[in-house]
Amino acid sequence: MVKEVMTSNKAVAEAVRLAKPQVIPVYPITPQTTISEYLAQYVADEKIAAKYVKVESEHSAISAAVGASGAGVRVFTATSSQGLMLMHEILFAAAGMRTPFVLADANRAISAPLNIWNDQQDSIAQRDAGWLQIYVENAQEALDTTLMAYKISENPDVLLPSMVCLDGFILTHTVEPVEIPDQESVDKFLPPYVPEHAYLDPKEPMSIGNFADPDYYTEARYAMQVAMDNSIEVIQKTCDEFAEIFGRQYGLVEPYKTEDADIIFVAMGSLCSTIRVIVDQLRDQGEKVGLLKIRAYRPFPVEAIKEAVKNCEKIAVIDKNYSFGIGGALYSDMKVKIDKEIYGFIAGLGGRDITPEYILEAYEKTKVPEKDVTWIGLKEE
Amino acid sequence: MIIHDKYMEENLMIEIRFHGRGGQGSVTAAEILAKAAFKDGKYSQAFPFFGVERRGAPVMAFTRIDDKPIDLRYQVYNPDYVLVLDDGLLNVVDVFSGIKDSTEVIINTETFEGSGAHKVHSIDATGIALDMLGRNIVNTIILGYFAKKTQAVSIDSLLEVIAETFPGKVGELNVEATKKAYDMG
Repeated sequence: MVKEVMTSNKAVAEAVRLAKPQVIPVYPITPQTTISEYLAQYVADEKIAAKYVKVESEHSAISAAVGASGAGVRVFTATSSQGLMLMHEILFAAAGMRTPFVLADANRAISAPLNIWNDQQDSIAQRDAGWLQIYVENAQEALDTTLMAYKISENPDVLLPSMVCLDGFILTHTVEPVEIPDQESVDKFLPPYVPEHAYLDPKEPMSIGNFADPDYYTEARYAMQVAMDNSIEVIQKTCDEFAEIFGRQYGLVEPYKTEDADIIFVAMGSLCSTIRVIVDQLRDQGEKVGLLKIRAYRPFPVEAIKEAVKNCEKIAVIDKNYSFGIGGALYSDMKVKIDKEIYGFIAGLGGRDITPEYILEAYEKTKVPEKDVTWIGLKEE
Repeated sequence: MIIHDKYMEENLMIEIRFHGRGGQGSVTAAEILAKAAFKDGKYSQAFPFFGVERRGAPVMAFTRIDDKPIDLRYQVYNPDYVLVLDDGLLNVVDVFSGIKDSTEVIINTETFEGSGAHKVHSIDATGIALDMLGRNIVNTIILGYFAKKTQAVSIDSLLEVIAETFPGKVGELNVEATKKAYDMG
């Protein structure tokens, strides 16, 4: 175990190195992340015995990933923003074909207007693809979650691909100390992938994901929902197992001072760090406030959320995405599943810096609500 | 920034803002500083704010150093230290934006006529760079001067990280240039 100062991009690349994938298909041109650069170097230096496949678009990268995963090997790919948008079609195929590989997405805004900075609209736009989506808060969590994602996806009760979502720039380009686990411990936690269900083998030919008429399609989709339901328990168990070996405990959600809170913030990703600081300061002023960090957004961990918010009066959801006419995606999911007084706040779009003042404003407007959904920091002209 | 001010009062964190141009190594400087502080046993964080990604465009980068893990995920608005790698930026961006009474500013320039009460240091880092490196890259040099003036990071850790960041001859030259700037501080 060593500790080094690195970006979340490098932290993900380190996790991939330790996970020993056999195929890494990537589109190596912008908006790619440096994750793929590190991995290219590791493959060249023979630190990973993987086939590094450079393709002509993100659509091809994800297609190659599905093909390789369908052949029964461990696969990794990475992308960001418009790249993920170009993958959209095949994301659904990957989940429908039950190929359990891992994709890291550097969360960045979507055009137009052209914007390279952070928000979470890109992965939120893929939420119905049938992928597990886990949002991480810092570089350590990016590394740890990438390792856990393989174990969760490859579990025979799940067999769905995982998307590790890390905030562009705020995590991908920020260096901070990260503990890199040793290979022996990772091998113990994550043994080689041995596919037990359908995979392509010339000795026993079969086809995957080709055709389902109206008699079968519904059941195939329902089977994915069952896998999502199963994944709730698998994620929690995997987090517990990870904690036993590596000493860092994660979960589906992470409550912070929620037990006696009147108002609970709900958010995903790096923003949770800043919110925790503000919760502490508001607590110093006698305010009963807490934070519920959502790590697993798909599956949506309804029971874990209900348990964490059961004592509160109001909830303030901060979304870095927007669904027109409704509000943020996390806000609308919370409204559907959680029977509480919930307010939505849109912040941090296209890299707008979320300062403590913005979070305080969300808090004040939850105490004294003006409307259901508020765009924080909007310049009204 | 009341919340932030209170946080800074209660913690030993220091915040540094770098101003440079694309290609001058401001982001690398911020990262080197974070790595050196980590070697000193501190927690640290460094990140850039890119405008447009092209050579010559104004670039900002930030470093935070603290005795405990750093949870702040927004930009540095009220830096304790400002490092300006290119004095041509003084006419382009407000490098003094948000500075506090206690803020110290280090500018790479031949001469600087300070005004007001702020501590402004000038160092001819370009002169050292052209003399010792043969090219106008001042990011490590200004860090050497910073280390001496502020004692925010140890020179030993700084030199170690510079040698690791630039392997071979380039690293050796940068280490020598950084030492020289340190001695001038």
